[in-house]
Amino acid sequence: METKNLSVVLATRKGVLILEKQSSRWEIINHSFPGIPISYAFRHPYSGVLWAALDSDHWGAKLQRSDDDGKSWQDVEMPKYPEGAMTNADTPAILSYIWTISEGHAERPADIFLGTEPGGLFYSKDGGKSFALVKSLWDDPGRSQWFGAGRDHPGLHSVVVDPRDANHIYIGISVGGVYESKDGGESWVPKNKGLIAEYLPNQNAEVGHDPHLLVMSPSNPDVLWQQNHCGIFVSRDGSENWEKASEESGPAHFGFPVMVDPTNPETAWVIPGVSDEVRMAVDGALCVSRTEDGGKTWTAFREGLPQENCFDIVFRHGFDQMGDVLMFGTTTGNLFVSENRGESWELISSFIPPVYSVRFMK
Amino acid sequence: MPEIKFTNHLKRFFPALTNGPISGHTIAEVVAALDVAYPGLSAYIVDEHGKLRQHVNIFVGEDMIEDREGLSDKVNEDERMYIFQALSGG
Repeated sequence: METKNLSVVLATRKGVLILEKQSSRWEIINHSFPGIPISYAFRHPYSGVLWAALDSDHWGAKLQRSDDDGKSWQDVEMPKYPEGAMTNADTPAILSYIWTISEGHAERPADIFLGTEPGGLFYSKDGGKSFALVKSLWDDPGRSQWFGAGRDHPGLHSVVVDPRDANHIYIGISVGGVYESKDGGESWVPKNKGLIAEYLPNQNAEVGHDPHLLVMSPSNPDVLWQQNHCGIFVSRDGSENWEKASEESGPAHFGFPVMVDPTNPETAWVIPGVSDEVRMAVDGALCVSRTEDGGKTWTAFREGLPQENCFDIVFRHGFDQMGDVLMFGTTTGNLFVSENRGESWELISSFIPPVYSVRFMK
Repeated sequence: MPEIKFTNHLKRFFPALTNGPISGHTIAEVVAALDVAYPGLSAYIVDEHGKLRQHVNIFVGEDMIEDREGLSDKVNEDERMYIFQALSGG
């Protein structure tokens, strides 16, 4: 694959970074919002608008857009939870964090979804001029069983739209679980059968699971993968049933990101970490694990990655793919690229800030 | 009219922001007037329920305002207000 002029946008602890592959090197070509934590950044594939979610320590969560790939930015009016909306902690709901910004179906190129904390899904039909809370999800009785993990409130971090049907939407909430809508968000059903919640008295509860990231196979949208707090899970029947796909003995179990191959639903990648109470690279050595048989077996690839005294993990949106090129950014500011589907890696930089998202500019 | 002075950090998002007179008899009225003068500015100072953001401070003279929830502190005609960010970072 021709990799020249590939570009990628990073959300980091100290602003947005845009990198471009020039000849054989990845160069930082833009740094926007220096010093401001960015929770997520991506270029909308249909509009070409670059979006950035700011997580300012002082001024709150903010949304910015750029029509010229980061040369200039415009403040976008922040969506609000409706008057009277309350969190599970019985406090007024305030939009405190944008977990994800996502496009909708290709037939609806102006659609944008925001996944937020506390546990909200906001939807724009007009290219981000206005957003409204998806009330059907907020009012779902199951929301009373959602809770925060590592943060005060539940976070909605994954929005996945079926390429076959614009009204078929999945979301992932940490902690809450996977929900499915078949009617464009009018109604929602929890889809967590087969998942295990080791931290709940009822490990097979309908709601209260902790998907860290949910992804759908583009080539077979009935296949969904999730990196869950309690392991890696795959569904081959549109989320009706989940099967554990973690390694029995090996690093592929706990982590945050998961990625599925665009052409093969049985091929997926994860970046393992030591489970929740530690959150570092397994045995101080970083690896990327790939399965090509739907999670029956995994191969850990380590070439080019630090294999001792390594403390990095990768956050849920910190890993992306464009053809054979894979890239991830870590919590300690290392950025790695692979041009052979994850089998060997090259360090792009070890001097960038902690990375929250890595998204190729498609 | 009371006078208002801003932290430079806000000028990063609102380059046209200038210190000077502003109308209002309470902090809430001042913040509302600021949002008219600089659309979107109030969302940087207060949250969506009108409460002063945790890491933002407003002073009237040398005193930090008391009512961070309702911004009911009074401002006199000849007083000077300051909007600062709290010291934090990392």
